[in-house]
Amino acid sequence: MTVSSLQKLNPKSFDQRKAQHLLQRAGFGGTPDQAQALADMGIEKAVDFIVNYENVSDTNPPSLDDYDKDIIRHATQSERAAIRNARSNGDESVVDMYRKERQRRQRLDRKQITEIERWWIQRLATTPRPLQEKLTLFWHGHFATGYRTIENSYHMYIQNMFFRDNALGNFKEDLVRGIIHDPAMIRYLNNHQNRKQAPNENLARELMELFTLGEGEGYSEDDIKEGARCLTGYTVEDDEFVFRSRQHDSGSKRIFGRSGQYDGDDFVDLIFTRPSASKFIIKKLYRFFVNDLPNGETNESNKVIFSLSNLLKRRDWEIRPILESLFLSEHFYDEDNLNAIIKSPIQLIVQAHRSLNPPQRKQMVQTLAIASDLMGQRLFAPPSVKGWDGGRTWINTSTMFMRQNTLLYLLTGQRPDSDAWDADGARFDAMALVEGHNNTPKEVIYFLLTTLLNVEKPNKDRVSSLEDYMKTQHNTINNQTVTGLLTLISAMPEYQLC
Amino acid sequence: MSHHHHDQESTQSTGSTGTYSRRLFMQQGMAFLSMATTVPLFMQQSAKGIMLPVGSLLSSQPGIPEDHTLVVIQLAGGNDGLNTVIPYGDRAYYNSRPQLAIKQSDVLEIPGADGYGLHPNLTGLLELMNDGQAAIVQGVGYPNPNRSHFTSTDIWHTGNHNGQGYGWLGKYFDNTCAGKPNPKGSIAIGNKAPLALHGKTQKAVNFETEKLFRWAGGTVDSSLEKTYDEINRKESAAKEEDSQLDFLVRTSLDAQVSSDRIRSAVSKQPLINYPDGELSKQLQLIGSMIRADLPTRVYYASLGGFDTHANQLNGHANLMRQVGGALNAFQNDLKKQGNTGKVITMVFSEFGRRVAQNGSAGTDHGTAAPMFLIGDYVQNGLLGEHPSLTNLDQGDLKFNTDFREVYAAILENWMGADSKAILGKKYAKADVLT
Repeated sequence: MTVSSLQKLNPKSFDQRKAQHLLQRAGFGGTPDQAQALADMGIEKAVDFIVNYENVSDTNPPSLDDYDKDIIRHATQSERAAIRNARSNGDESVVDMYRKERQRRQRLDRKQITEIERWWIQRLATTPRPLQEKLTLFWHGHFATGYRTIENSYHMYIQNMFFRDNALGNFKEDLVRGIIHDPAMIRYLNNHQNRKQAPNENLARELMELFTLGEGEGYSEDDIKEGARCLTGYTVEDDEFVFRSRQHDSGSKRIFGRSGQYDGDDFVDLIFTRPSASKFIIKKLYRFFVNDLPNGETNESNKVIFSLSNLLKRRDWEIRPILESLFLSEHFYDEDNLNAIIKSPIQLIVQAHRSLNPPQRKQMVQTLAIASDLMGQRLFAPPSVKGWDGGRTWINTSTMFMRQNTLLYLLTGQRPDSDAWDADGARFDAMALVEGHNNTPKEVIYFLLTTLLNVEKPNKDRVSSLEDYMKTQHNTINNQTVTGLLTLISAMPEYQLC
Repeated sequence: MSHHHHDQESTQSTGSTGTYSRRLFMQQGMAFLSMATTVPLFMQQSAKGIMLPVGSLLSSQPGIPEDHTLVVIQLAGGNDGLNTVIPYGDRAYYNSRPQLAIKQSDVLEIPGADGYGLHPNLTGLLELMNDGQAAIVQGVGYPNPNRSHFTSTDIWHTGNHNGQGYGWLGKYFDNTCAGKPNPKGSIAIGNKAPLALHGKTQKAVNFETEKLFRWAGGTVDSSLEKTYDEINRKESAAKEEDSQLDFLVRTSLDAQVSSDRIRSAVSKQPLINYPDGELSKQLQLIGSMIRADLPTRVYYASLGGFDTHANQLNGHANLMRQVGGALNAFQNDLKKQGNTGKVITMVFSEFGRRVAQNGSAGTDHGTAAPMFLIGDYVQNGLLGEHPSLTNLDQGDLKFNTDFREVYAAILENWMGADSKAILGKKYAKADVLT
């Protein structure tokens, strides 16, 4: 069973359309030329190229020095003494000065998080290692942490770099163990306030419920309470994790029926002895990369999830072999799994950017950041520790308009957050997109529908609607009419799928 | 959610894509993909829905006026009930919360409720109580309380003990409209439609601001409009399946149908001034839609920020001010409109908070908490019994009223529906409406 459910795709059937599918799921899609180049490599090399991205040189590698780490900092001892003195002396002006200084730093920090947000969107749109960024986004949604709670942009940046550096790492040793030592997560889930005398259960609960086991899957309320005791003293000083033994409860704990003087790292080891540990993360990866299963699990999906869960345990929680065998599998390219996932807002924006090559627009990255937020996904601000629910929850009557309008903006400059026509004059080069396929309106329409929707044959009704539009334009093929076609195709319900 | 903090600074370049070697495009044989665009039959109701006269919605029980409207407000994150309705007469309150307890002298007296009062910033709510228009149901919860935000929210939204299944108001529409969704049945303010409004067939309309609630392509080039409508208002043969594409086609049609009418409804200035704040903004939109007589029976708003694990005193006080002020303004707006008789507002939170404060001058997730009901037809005053602060369950309050008893009262007496069909079980109706 293990073998058959992860059977490899026949290399001969790896064509441009399947290559585009791989490019969209393992990354953010690309132009027809890029998909063809990938198809020409053959599936083995193509998957190797995508997965072993360390071999692709990163032209502009990010570094921890790229952003200011000192905007938000604790008051020094002498500053604290000065504030205390001023308070007891009733010296309001000094107290006020420190308050204003703190507010100034908070403003600067909010500015920095929007810079980091835009930098990431830009990186998503331009990276030569799309899988690395796709996984960074996945882990951000899985170990969701929100800036608004922790109000420290540099800690969000450290966490983002942690996800990027460990994107294909070991789930247990690198990612889960790493996250309980991560300053942003520790502060987001109040573990810096989790002390022997006053335990705070937040991190212990979510570590099992949302990060590793799934709600109610193999743990009890008592396990949470005891887990919280294990995590006491796991806290942050400046930008570093510290273990404070004085705050740590070193007594014996009883977790999953076993007793010992466990600490937070032992707690992680214990969690990974639970049967649900492998299945939970595999299911989430499956929904993200293969099919978000709007009507629930199927026999096929269950088999694949079962096989991958076993593989994950056999390979000691390494993520890389999981994605490799998935991307090589027949199942991944099954017709049922093509165009089966509703694009996340970031996927929609980045894929459009990478496949349409829109011109530079005024304040483009911040406009796209706002648009993504209005579509329900703001980077560094997931709605809760549960992350983004994804799938059909991305789509409602309101986000449907926002999605169509965001594409309209990329193509024409009409801002998605503005009521009035407010173009920036930058002209979209639509003719470059259809070069070699623009002899007749029908040829243009067929080419755009098949490549942008990644289908073998376009839908008849769609073809005739677009032909009617071209007739109103006297069948003139020029930049304006092809742009018109693109605004209409990107406003089709099926454009929301990848 | 607010979206005001995007700074407008220098333009960053997104550059060009990829470093893949570029080859000539070459089309190869591809596998067949079905792209049949099917719209289930019920969607045809959507197109008709726009023509429905005001008040024409079906009500399943005789004697219940058909324009009864419910406004639901969620205080998301878990509102601290003990610092909302304050048991100042109970020593245990002060003992459990040395830093967080509100002094008796600061508490707002509720007439006739000895030992219990309101948070000092809830003057707006007190005014409504003095005016006979507000009920506070004390100690509302459910058995085996779940302390996860998400699960407990899902439990409140579905009415099911495990939080699984469709939303209770979604099911209300599924049931009362004989399986036909009501395209204007429910409207949520926000970028996400809540689970509560999500039925098997019923889907909520939602938007954050009405200005963005349309396609702007016609602004760019009016000749695109006709083809856009053809693509997005398409109805085709019904099929039973519920594919991703079916779902997208349905939602797209829903969006078109909803857009025109809502935008015209909210274009008028409100009759009163609303205070600042996220909840106020939402209630103002809802007020204008009620005023425009949209055939909508359920509106949904929410305010976040109630997950007060640390240093909660000031933050919670600000939230209380917002809630009291917004509810008061909304009710006054309805009064000016002459609509207080057709609207009931229900305020809830997924859980209350623990009795004892934690080590960070905050409170952890708890259980039972008060609900508010506002309107002409609510039993005014403090209802039910306040839970004991000493007879606790793992440090948490024991509930006295199951929230589904409140739902049952609203469904039966206000919405005119069979609560058993919606809640899966016959719950005793809480005595909260007149």
